[in-house]
Amino acid sequence: MVTDGLDRARRAAETVTDPELPMLTLADLGILREVATEEDGTVTVAITPTYSGCPALVEMRADVRRALHNAGYPRVQVRTVLAPPWSTDWITEEGRRKLTEHGISPPGPAPARVSGPVPLDLAPSRRAVRCPRCAASDTEELSRFGATSCRALWRCRVCREPFEHVKEI
Amino acid sequence: MTNTDNPYGGLAEDDAHAGDQWAFGTGFTAALAGVDTALPVGIDQDDLALYCQMLGDDALVAAQRLIQWSTAAPELEEEMALANIALDLLGQARLLLARAGQVDGSGRDEDAFAYLRDAREFRNVCLAETPNGDFAHAVVRLLVLSAWRLALFTRLADTADPVLAAVAAKGSKELAYHREYAVRWTLRLGDGTPESRDRMTAALDQVWPLTGELFATHPVEARLADQGAAVDPAGVRAEVGEVVARVLVAATLEVPPAVPVPEPTGRAGLHGPELAAMLHEMQSVARAHPEATW
Repeated sequence: MVTDGLDRARRAAETVTDPELPMLTLADLGILREVATEEDGTVTVAITPTYSGCPALVEMRADVRRALHNAGYPRVQVRTVLAPPWSTDWITEEGRRKLTEHGISPPGPAPARVSGPVPLDLAPSRRAVRCPRCAASDTEELSRFGATSCRALWRCRVCREPFEHVKEI
Repeated sequence: MTNTDNPYGGLAEDDAHAGDQWAFGTGFTAALAGVDTALPVGIDQDDLALYCQMLGDDALVAAQRLIQWSTAAPELEEEMALANIALDLLGQARLLLARAGQVDGSGRDEDAFAYLRDAREFRNVCLAETPNGDFAHAVVRLLVLSAWRLALFTRLADTADPVLAAVAAKGSKELAYHREYAVRWTLRLGDGTPESRDRMTAALDQVWPLTGELFATHPVEARLADQGAAVDPAGVRAEVGEVVARVLVAATLEVPPAVPVPEPTGRAGLHGPELAAMLHEMQSVARAHPEATW
């Protein structure tokens, strides 16, 4: 019973979509860290912010609570976990497919982080970003920052369309 | 349920946290809502709270200066970049100030720290507060501040307070990106036209004298560093100096000689008059309508 309930609660939490990338669920984004049920029926959900200043986190907490209420769980606790920090490597294959389908280029591998100073890179950025519309690899960065914390602006030199790219972190 | 009488109703969290809403953080719950906030054992709480406040104030004040670029940056892309960087810093500030209020036992929330303190209660380094100049000034200040904060945060990732450690680990990724942005612009402007080079040189002349304070050790930092609960800023001087020097050399700019490290000023609550002026503007609505919600 408890397992059944847990599966159902997890499914309900997994369907919640991101307020700023509504084609993705929190599970696709790797933001949903844990779903657990307590003896007394309380569902505990752990989520993690993408960026420290992500204003969508409040919405997400409310949406998770609402989704579980609608699935028949009146007692819901949404925990925020800060560690380990979110990485774009946690975006699932399904999430990457949906991003591309919606004209947003998914992130490449996040920079490897070892302990110690972050290496200084003075060379021009050489990220290989493929155009999500025509799949050409002849693309260029227009702006390192975009409409939300997680995105940068790029342009395809082949089909000439601008597009958004999810920044690797 | 959609509240049709109030267009902002949909922005707000729908239940238990309704009482937390301030006009100035509409829909925001406390920054640390739902985070495990157990206090570290054996660490002086007043010291730790003040340390969180120092790092939080650096971010809050720097963010406010960056936000002042909105509608004034040379290009829309750079305006978005500066605003995004400010948003990251503001996120770090919210977490750190909320943590300060928990650790000192006062229960003050992030808004109380941001809006209800006077300039002399702010603990940010003075470099963060000096008024904006031209875009070159913004780039040079961002280069120095992000390189310095990144060096502190990478070392704080295993500090004694788990909340501070988590904020630092997360913030390091953001700061690395900020530094990269500042590096690109330093290279482009320093090794650019005679005009851009002159501007960068003038910006360095303005920013550089204030860099000594970044490496001054406040007694709180010294005590906590001994307990593995803080980073002594004197210990990051070599690394930050080398990073900045490498960027300046690559940008064909002259590396100014290191400036002497003064006694802590901003960290001790001693600020220039510009901070009070900036806070006056930043806090005016919150102070005029202390109970306002929307």
